[in-house]
Amino acid sequence: MIKKAIGWVDERFPLTELVKHELTEYPVPKNLNYWWSFGFLAVFILALQLVSGIFLAMHYKPDAQLAFDSIQHIMRDVNYGWLIRYLHSTGATAFFAVIFIHIARTLYYGSYRRPRELLWWTGLGLLVLLMATAFMGYLLPWGQTSYWGAQVITSLFGTTPFYGEDIVRWLRGDFVVGDATLTRFFALHYLFPFIIIGGVVIHLVALHWVKSSNPSGITLNDRDNIPFHPYFTIKDLFGVGVFLIVFCGFVFFGPELLIEPNNNIAADPMQTPAHIVPEWYFLPFYTILRSIPDALGGVIAMSMSILIFAALPWLDRSTVPGGALYRPGYRVLVYLFFVDVLVLGYIGAKPPEGVFVVIGQIATFIYFGMFLLLPIVSSREGRHSREEGLPRQAERLIREEQEELLRREHYQARPPTVTPVARQRRDSKGRK
Amino acid sequence: MTSDKELDPNRRDFLGLATAAVGAVGVAGACWPFISSMNPSKDIKATSTSTADLASIPPGKSHTVEWQGKPVFVVHRTDEQIAAMEAKVSSIDPQQDKERVQQPQWLVVVGICTHLGCVPNRTSAGWSCPCHGSMYDNSGRVVRGPAPKNLIVPHYEFVSESKIIIGKA
Repeated sequence: MIKKAIGWVDERFPLTELVKHELTEYPVPKNLNYWWSFGFLAVFILALQLVSGIFLAMHYKPDAQLAFDSIQHIMRDVNYGWLIRYLHSTGATAFFAVIFIHIARTLYYGSYRRPRELLWWTGLGLLVLLMATAFMGYLLPWGQTSYWGAQVITSLFGTTPFYGEDIVRWLRGDFVVGDATLTRFFALHYLFPFIIIGGVVIHLVALHWVKSSNPSGITLNDRDNIPFHPYFTIKDLFGVGVFLIVFCGFVFFGPELLIEPNNNIAADPMQTPAHIVPEWYFLPFYTILRSIPDALGGVIAMSMSILIFAALPWLDRSTVPGGALYRPGYRVLVYLFFVDVLVLGYIGAKPPEGVFVVIGQIATFIYFGMFLLLPIVSSREGRHSREEGLPRQAERLIREEQEELLRREHYQARPPTVTPVARQRRDSKGRK
Repeated sequence: MTSDKELDPNRRDFLGLATAAVGAVGVAGACWPFISSMNPSKDIKATSTSTADLASIPPGKSHTVEWQGKPVFVVHRTDEQIAAMEAKVSSIDPQQDKERVQQPQWLVVVGICTHLGCVPNRTSAGWSCPCHGSMYDNSGRVVRGPAPKNLIVPHYEFVSESKIIIGKA
């Protein structure tokens, strides 16, 4: 019965073919470690955010007069409203944590390198979309931090030469962040996740075309690949389990850790809180913004701090495959970069005075310096390893893979087989 | 080497099924808060009871009380009306009058026609529905169709001689 139904569908839609191609026969390198589970985790959180968000929208009111109270209504009156809201607010943090680790893995293992440039760029596009979605969602509770955060970020567009003021007024639909801003942010906050889903599909299509990278950075042959299902579905689900333990710890025992206390005060356009800090996931970029003494320069530096990642496939000029595993120079750069981002984040949470300003500026300088150093370090490293040879492990792996490739080519080198019928037809044609 | 299948053909299947079952229970449990959130919230439940003051209703008169957004008729029946109602049983939805009241002089019914939801109008004999002409007697029992059932008696309690609370929180 089920077989018959599947057969009926298969005749009209490539269901079995799709499952085979994308899951049960989709080849994945067998040496992937748990850092490769974060893509799956990100999809899981996207689904969680989507579901919890839709259920919150059933009770939320995008109106400057009602928004703040409707959050209290969700927290106090709606059945499990507190749970759904904390899932959503903690989920935003978890989303960025997972995405940052996902990106850090890409950097560490050099997964952005040829032929995965488009995969990398679609990923960066998704990061920008995620940031926009998170920013707009953060206004919706209509608390003090929400309000002034939105006021500050929309003001950034005011640094645009000539049209700055017009653009800011257009974004807000008002002279300040107001009811019009709140309502449009709500509409867009509801829309963007669906655009993100579209982006994820493109990201996955690109992934399934070039296949996953792996820690060695060497493209593995069939012999060293195993199907995604069941091996990696199980592995990724285990990852989800571990993630949920940590996540639920925050949701049930410390949900307020991630909510700025000031945001429990309703938005007041007449009074800015004494110390206003963006959400933790924006802190490094916020520091870069503050470190440049010029307003327009700061905005450009902050945008560049994300856009510059797109140039990585060109900046990395190494001939050694992969990322940090077989490239000690690159490894040092990557670790320094990670520490630098942490320093930038720490500075972002501190008031912009005294020594913090100087440290922030140095860290900003190092941040961009890394990208400038990369071409030099990577090409020198390539030259060095050509003279000295790669680590023995890498040499062996490359040799084995090449032998495998040669062996395959040898078997495939025979002329294409012609069916007897076709041969007969060809022969008879020739005779005439 | 012997494979798992040969050693113990059912063990792996059992583990697989058990894992799937536990997972399914977990997913179902995780769905519950979301489903529950669509039920009436606490502020709506807080309005789920209404109080009616009986002292202000003279004999023979009816008051309409709002309960959960619906009209509830509270009727102070006269002795003649009580006697007339106790004497007969309706035919469409047979019910004794004493099954429908707690104290015979007080009739409490939801004022929504059981046919298609209109609010019946008060007449001397009971109620008549303006929409499709259903008739109810002074016990709220349907005496003429198309309504299929008697007017619903809500849950109510006497908190004192002259006060009732309609509904259950």
